[in-house]
Amino acid sequence: MLEGLGRNRFLRRGLLLGPALFVIGFFMILPLFLMAYVSILERGLAGGVQWGQHTLEAYVRFLFERDLMDNLVVNIDYLRIFGRSFALAFGTMIVALAIGLPTAFYMALQPARWRNLLIFLVTIPFWTNLLVRNYAWILLLRDSGLVNSGLIWLGLTDEPVRLLYTPFAVGVGLTYSFLPFMILPIYASLEKLDLRLVEAAYDLGANKWKALTRIVLPLALPGIAAGSILVFIPALGAYVTPELLGGSRQLMIGNLIQGQFGAARNWPFGAALAFVLLAIVLCSMMLYLLRFRRAPGQG
Amino acid sequence: MNRKAILSAGIAAGLFAGLAQSASAEELFLYNWSNYFPPELLEKFESDTGISVTLDVYDSNETMLARLQAGAAGYDIVVPSDYMMEIMIKEGLAERIDAGEMENFSNVMEPHNDPRQDPGRAYSAPYLWGTTGFTYDSERVGELEESWKEFFEPREELSGQIAVLNDEVEAYNAAAYYAGVSKCTEEPAEAQQILDILQAQAPHVAMYQSDGTIDRMASGEMIMHMQWNGAAHRSKQERDSLVYVYPEEGISFWNDNFMVPAGAPNLENAKTFINWMMAPENIAVASNYTGYMNAVRGSSEFMDEALVEDPAVNMPEEYADRLRPTEDCSVDARELRNRVWTRLRS
Repeated sequence: MLEGLGRNRFLRRGLLLGPALFVIGFFMILPLFLMAYVSILERGLAGGVQWGQHTLEAYVRFLFERDLMDNLVVNIDYLRIFGRSFALAFGTMIVALAIGLPTAFYMALQPARWRNLLIFLVTIPFWTNLLVRNYAWILLLRDSGLVNSGLIWLGLTDEPVRLLYTPFAVGVGLTYSFLPFMILPIYASLEKLDLRLVEAAYDLGANKWKALTRIVLPLALPGIAAGSILVFIPALGAYVTPELLGGSRQLMIGNLIQGQFGAARNWPFGAALAFVLLAIVLCSMMLYLLRFRRAPGQG
Repeated sequence: MNRKAILSAGIAAGLFAGLAQSASAEELFLYNWSNYFPPELLEKFESDTGISVTLDVYDSNETMLARLQAGAAGYDIVVPSDYMMEIMIKEGLAERIDAGEMENFSNVMEPHNDPRQDPGRAYSAPYLWGTTGFTYDSERVGELEESWKEFFEPREELSGQIAVLNDEVEAYNAAAYYAGVSKCTEEPAEAQQILDILQAQAPHVAMYQSDGTIDRMASGEMIMHMQWNGAAHRSKQERDSLVYVYPEEGISFWNDNFMVPAGAPNLENAKTFINWMMAPENIAVASNYTGYMNAVRGSSEFMDEALVEDPAVNMPEEYADRLRPTEDCSVDARELRNRVWTRLRS
């Protein structure tokens, strides 16, 4: 009897885990391996790959190019594009944090019946397609757009300021797109905040600043970390925003990868670029896990 | 009957209708460039033949190629340009359809009836053809020379008001014409010349974008735009001060063709479609809509007068020697091209 139960439990666990393992294996692990494999194949003459012919050329190409004598010379084009993407993603994360943290804190301090409404308001932009929202920013930022008309009306400038098709526009678009991903996790960790802890801090002689930095922020830290990752990673791979709001004047990683599968017809290099990006993202995730592993339990 | 029951009955009915339709109806899956086929022509085809068409769109030859290379995409018709047609035949991605023997093929004019990339039209049939030059607003900048110089070394008042197609091939080729080197060059020094031209232009470029060129020129958002001639024609209809330029250094001349991907699910319907499209009264609708010329004899009597009168569409004879056919370059040449295009925006 006991034996049967043990077997059953084993079986049941297997059945329950099965679908999840299948989904992860089939839709995530398998494509990843395929991508890794494509990245070490020889490129096909007209695009595609030559199955069974292996080379590490794609990875060499990331950092080097061959000169006329077939010597390898360092080529920083791709590093520059990666660097730019990181800088923009990091900036997006910081600005989103600067806006998201106070917003989330404010939301968490509202009476319970207001909170749901506020969450609802934060999520409303998701009802619209990202593409459409980016086009909306074109209308706002262009020379004859609302922002410039406003500036001229206020007398701050006589001629329209070039806002659209600049890195600034890309930053604005990215921050706007990913802000909810910052607000919601921080709100989730602050919602559980026991206000009596803050009162206790006051009782023990802490001023407002101390109470904020010693009590509230440490408790919000897991949310801040989660939000930062949720903003940073998609911003890093952003494709639509730099294309539409940046006018493709400066490439980001996403556009670079797309170009390799498109006009360049160099699939292995595209796959290698995607893999380098993935490796970097995985490393930052590991750092996060190491740093914040125990924090939620402590909170 | 409560609401839930009504809802499930409705869903069941919908499913049943859907199943019934998919079992009986004739279908055709068309994969075409965006904004490149008149919706009313699709409707006409559907009512003429009873075949229902599903349209899917792409933005470049390479996007389409990657789709087909990635495996069966379920399309019956694709619309590759000349050089891509050659690649598809070589790669075994095209189905033999013997368009040259179809009933309406006798309408096809020279040289489109026997292209270098597909002799005798065994795999393809002509759709539309055109050129890739640039358009400017003569009202805001005056009359300009017919040269790529005006585009790559713009006058001061044009700075920040120029848009370039976000198209590696077109942008690179134009710069190659201006540099006077082969667009398929394998010489790094020549590629460097092309890069220099593009880099010198870059500070004056507002954006690299291939979508929405008509809106940007018609609304006056840009003063100068690298553009396909059909798009130029459609822009001009909304702003008649626009001028389309055939630069003296050379201008890319391309044609698009119907092809059937290997293993297409509805081969017979695809052939019906291709033959139908070679009828003058049908292809003329496509020309009227897109602003590009077709290759079918007798279609001009169904075409809008504005189209025939516009030099952007109906090229004046004296420009004929400026036309440069597209080419599929070697891997080495494409490698150089991609490095130039990446470095320009790195």
